[in-house]
Amino acid sequence: MADKLRAQQQLEALQARYVGTGHADTTKFEWTSNIARDTYSSYIGHPPMLEYISLGMGQPREKVRAQMIDKMIQPVGKPPAVQD
Amino acid sequence: MASVLSSLCMYSLTLSPPSATTQAIVGDFAGLGRQQILSANGSLLTIFEVSRLQNGFIIHHTHDIFGIIRGIASYRPHSAKKDFIIVSSDSGRVVVLEYVHEKKQFEQIHLETFGKSGVRRVIPGQYLVADPKGRACMLASVEKNKLVWILNRHPTQGFTISSPLEAHKPQTFVYALLGLDVGYENPIFAALEVDYSEIEQDATGVAYEEYEKQLVYYQLDLGLNHVVRLWADTVDRTSHILFRVPGGTNGPSGALVCGVDNITYRHMNQEAFRVVIPRRSGATENPNRRRQIVAGTMYSIKGGGFFYLLQTEDGDLFKVALELEETKANPNGAVKRLKIKYFDTVPVASSLCLLRSGFLFVACESGSRILYELEALGDADDDPWFHSDNYPADPAVDAKPAFFQPRPLRNLNPVETMQDLNPVMAAKVVNLSNEDAPQIYTLCGTGARSSLKTVRNSLAVLDLVESQLPQPASAVWTTKMTVDDVHDSYIVLSLVSMTLVLSIGEDVEEVTDSGFMKETTTLAVQQWGPDNLLQIHPRGIRHINADKVASDWHAPQHRTIVTCATNNRQVAIALSSGEIYYFECDSDGALAKSTDESKMDGTILCLGLGQIPEGRVRSDLLAVGTDDQAIQILSLVPDARTGHRLKQQSIQLTSSPPSSLAIMSMKDRSSQGSTLYLHVGLISGIYIRTALDEHDGTMSEIRKKFLGHKPVKIVPCVVKKENAILILTSRPWLGYSDPKNNSLALTPISYLPLESAWTFSSSQFEGMIGIHEDELRIFAIDEIRSNITQDSIPLTYTPHRFVSHNSLFYVIERENHTLAPKMRQQLIEDAKHKAIESGKKNGVTKEEDDETELLPENFGYPYSEFHWSSCIEIVDPVEGKAVVKSFELDNNEAAVSIVMVPFDSRESETFLAVGTGKNIGWPATQHENFIRIYRILENGRSLELVHKTKLPKLPLALLAFKGMLAVGLGPDLALYDIGMKQLLRKSLLEKATPSCIMQLHTQGSRIVCADQRESLTYVVHKGQGNRLIAFVDDSIARYTTCSGMTDYETTVGGDKFGNIWMLRCPPDVSTNADEEGEGIHLLQKGYLGGTPNRFELMMHYFTQDIPMAVQKTPLTPGGEDVIFWAGLQGTLGVFVPFGRRKDLTMFQELELAMRKEDKPLAGRDHLAYRGYYAPVKGVVDGDLCERFLLLSRDQKQAIAVAIEGNWPVEKIEASIWTMRGLLAF
Repeated sequence: MADKLRAQQQLEALQARYVGTGHADTTKFEWTSNIARDTYSSYIGHPPMLEYISLGMGQPREKVRAQMIDKMIQPVGKPPAVQD
Repeated sequence: MASVLSSLCMYSLTLSPPSATTQAIVGDFAGLGRQQILSANGSLLTIFEVSRLQNGFIIHHTHDIFGIIRGIASYRPHSAKKDFIIVSSDSGRVVVLEYVHEKKQFEQIHLETFGKSGVRRVIPGQYLVADPKGRACMLASVEKNKLVWILNRHPTQGFTISSPLEAHKPQTFVYALLGLDVGYENPIFAALEVDYSEIEQDATGVAYEEYEKQLVYYQLDLGLNHVVRLWADTVDRTSHILFRVPGGTNGPSGALVCGVDNITYRHMNQEAFRVVIPRRSGATENPNRRRQIVAGTMYSIKGGGFFYLLQTEDGDLFKVALELEETKANPNGAVKRLKIKYFDTVPVASSLCLLRSGFLFVACESGSRILYELEALGDADDDPWFHSDNYPADPAVDAKPAFFQPRPLRNLNPVETMQDLNPVMAAKVVNLSNEDAPQIYTLCGTGARSSLKTVRNSLAVLDLVESQLPQPASAVWTTKMTVDDVHDSYIVLSLVSMTLVLSIGEDVEEVTDSGFMKETTTLAVQQWGPDNLLQIHPRGIRHINADKVASDWHAPQHRTIVTCATNNRQVAIALSSGEIYYFECDSDGALAKSTDESKMDGTILCLGLGQIPEGRVRSDLLAVGTDDQAIQILSLVPDARTGHRLKQQSIQLTSSPPSSLAIMSMKDRSSQGSTLYLHVGLISGIYIRTALDEHDGTMSEIRKKFLGHKPVKIVPCVVKKENAILILTSRPWLGYSDPKNNSLALTPISYLPLESAWTFSSSQFEGMIGIHEDELRIFAIDEIRSNITQDSIPLTYTPHRFVSHNSLFYVIERENHTLAPKMRQQLIEDAKHKAIESGKKNGVTKEEDDETELLPENFGYPYSEFHWSSCIEIVDPVEGKAVVKSFELDNNEAAVSIVMVPFDSRESETFLAVGTGKNIGWPATQHENFIRIYRILENGRSLELVHKTKLPKLPLALLAFKGMLAVGLGPDLALYDIGMKQLLRKSLLEKATPSCIMQLHTQGSRIVCADQRESLTYVVHKGQGNRLIAFVDDSIARYTTCSGMTDYETTVGGDKFGNIWMLRCPPDVSTNADEEGEGIHLLQKGYLGGTPNRFELMMHYFTQDIPMAVQKTPLTPGGEDVIFWAGLQGTLGVFVPFGRRKDLTMFQELELAMRKEDKPLAGRDHLAYRGYYAPVKGVVDGDLCERFLLLSRDQKQAIAVAIEGNWPVEKIEASIWTMRGLLAF
């Protein structure tokens, strides 16, 4: 039992530290949101990628960067309603 | 068979580093008391200075950190004399660097690990800022994490940094970060944040509609050693960039928060002040379009005060200033108002650097980086200021927009541009102009600043003088009159049967009383002794003393002088009979013949004699080249035993008879700084350099390269105050020591082929004089840092793809959000009519013509959403070097693909096929797709539209295939033949690839389909039944950006994450696919949702830059094939295949050792970096191996000893040189 508790605690610590670490009850919304947010942050984090996208969009890099962070706020639409 | 490679392996080299700027900052990093610019480009850190004297850039140092640089910041620790550098990279470590100017290198002051490596959402690294007083720095990630380090100066340990302090806030995004200027109070960092925790919970969407963006202050309490969230306030929701406002004694402190149509001054306990961003007025501008700030810089004026230059997405620079309450008595007073005015327009920048020396460095997002000189601060002109008094501070309240009239530059003056390729949209290596080596043609830039650039491996030349000669000359010399002269006095020309002497002065005139023998050809001219001259001609030697009295030494009867070698005190001549005579200068400057003679077996072809080393009376060695393919080194010192000179010291055999010899020392990496070298030119066009031992004449360290197809002539010269050699063959080359690593560099000179050349020095210019046919030319080489020259042809819109035909290029270009020229004209004319009409009403007639004079190169095209502009341009890169003709597409049609296709059904007449799409990328609009077929007229210089075929999907890829047109339509592959009114579909393979075909290649019946997301698929076409069958594809999803076939089975490609890979179809699958018949046996069931077979991965390598073109091609004259690639950010690189197992093992071991000995500067693990997305396979990183040359002798020795097999340092260096020198540049 102690082991289980410890594993649980470790998992929670991991989840707090590394955003996006999944658990048994990860919902589709959480999972897809995480993927989308990781993707956008990777796009702005790699300078050549940001340039590539900004060229494709015909917009300056700084503008594209801000737009990407905006999209990270709600990347996959509204969260599902909580069911009681 | 041990020397045969079992699997393919390549050596990766960078030819030209990326030129896209991630960030550029200003600081005094070298501690020289002057400002330098530190620029991060790709994985490179470069420090350069802007010099007013030389009117250009001086590059101090460049270092490849082998990691992705994400941000750089500078800080000056208390009482330090220079700025230190903090680099944020993908290493998960924070690194503090010091630039040591004397050693020209970066030194790691601190390397502190804080997180996982890689570019991740929650690992700090995206934002890096330092406290302006140099006491702390903060690294933040896009989400949640922020780390603060305290930077200290320790009395004994030097500069230290603390362990990180956390300022995390979960579920929060950071848009921008700033180190606030608070003087010497506790450091504060400001962040623009959005907390999304509520949005994540709210299913109604109300929270999302109403979320707020906050400006948050994080204070680092230096006393308590922790970080607190000091203050937060809501700012405009569109804000995304922050600028520092000076604090302490210099200003009110705080930040400028910029968003859409909004610049607001914010600070704790201060009121907010806001101005709008003025919009362009003009007929083609939409008055309702709101601008935002994309870049900017703050500048503190020396006597106090400060202002900002902020740039909008159009490129307009605005001067923004704060007016303070009481400026003199209390400079730290409250802010009275914020004001903004138009300054000038420059290309959109990723970083702006305003230097104290009055320069503005604009690191453009696309196109060459430009240096402007500040001519005025925008105070004198009549552009109006817009004050914050007129605008409500609350961004939610609508403000009246402000307008300004853009105009040509008034305050700035462009002085210098860096020749940059960034961004490269496409590239091709072809030899259109029939030169020795092929040229690299690249499509560069965006919008109106785009161009087609011809890139050559050559040194730029400054052409100074050219003058016609009465008859063709065979050789040229210049000479001084006395040994102490600074400049040359005579030019001596050897014509067909006479010698011409010209004097150098105000005018170049023929000299009649020079004392030279006129009616003979000349072999050599030499300034002799203190003030005499020598003329060596086939019949003898003429000695001319200071009073121009000539005396002759005659060659023995029936013999002539065939060749000679001279220096100031020594002459060696070779006679037709094979004897060598040797002369020295005696005490009164006369010729003294040595009694020693030497007789050679073969015919002597050339002699070589070095300059006299300082403090010596003679040069000790004479090199003799004979037609039995040998070079002998003779000693000119009397033998200790016999007293004889001209004793043979060593001999070297060559692959063909030598044609020219020279002995000259060159700068290198040896401990003395330079070494004596023997330079050999062979009749076969090969140049050889060998190190020559000064004492015993032994030769070692051989470097050789094929330079041209004519016998090589070698001319010693001086370039940039260093010894160099001019090598003349079918084109001129320069041999010099590479300024980066002091190894031998051989680069062609972009100049005409020369018969003969010599150094030239006069009071007006220094350089080289040469003969091209019957022209005398004087030229100079003044830049050897870059071995690449570019010719640029401007294009209209962003170019995307091109094809060549008849040495012309056909380029497709398109521009999103841009009004087509017709529409622009219409709007301008409408506005004119309106103005005239309203003028008539008011009784005034005013001509509005200022709209037309704004060049789109500087001001961009008028922005308008939901408009495409596109054109096809014919460019002549060889003869005319200009756009020949341009064909605009209308109706929002944009060209996406282009190919030349000979149709079998039209007797192989070649047509130009262009794939186009209407309203591409706009949601909820009618999309239409076409292929336009053009007939080629006027030998390719014009086009005529034959017909337009409507297609169901966007034709992103076109290919000429078996006399038909293969088209990639989304995931489908179709074959079309030409008809009278449109193209006729002959065959179709649905779902040839999973998502979207973006490129096609072919060999034989095989078509390679490159998919946008799903790597490659090979398709075979069966003539019988006209069927297309996909038979092999990949097991990994690669987001292909470019590809090229290297052989029938193999394709090399690049993806948008920056990888280059090579895939090979298994041999049995390949043969199976080509079996005759209808290919029924290929129609087996697919495997795991794909084709029945999979590729083998041959090679995989992370390049960091996104490859946009990849091609198998030779790059050097007579060189073998290499894989050339061009990256988006301007990188040009090659992969050179290894030929021998022995070399490969050595390089693999060297790479391994270098990874340990020369750890990447920012703390990234090199192997992990090159295997960023997938483990590196089949590639050795040549850029890392070349750093071996920069190590100290001891380090090199240690590495060499550890490498298995007999590899002394010299041999490793030679191998490194050969890998780059022979097949690349």
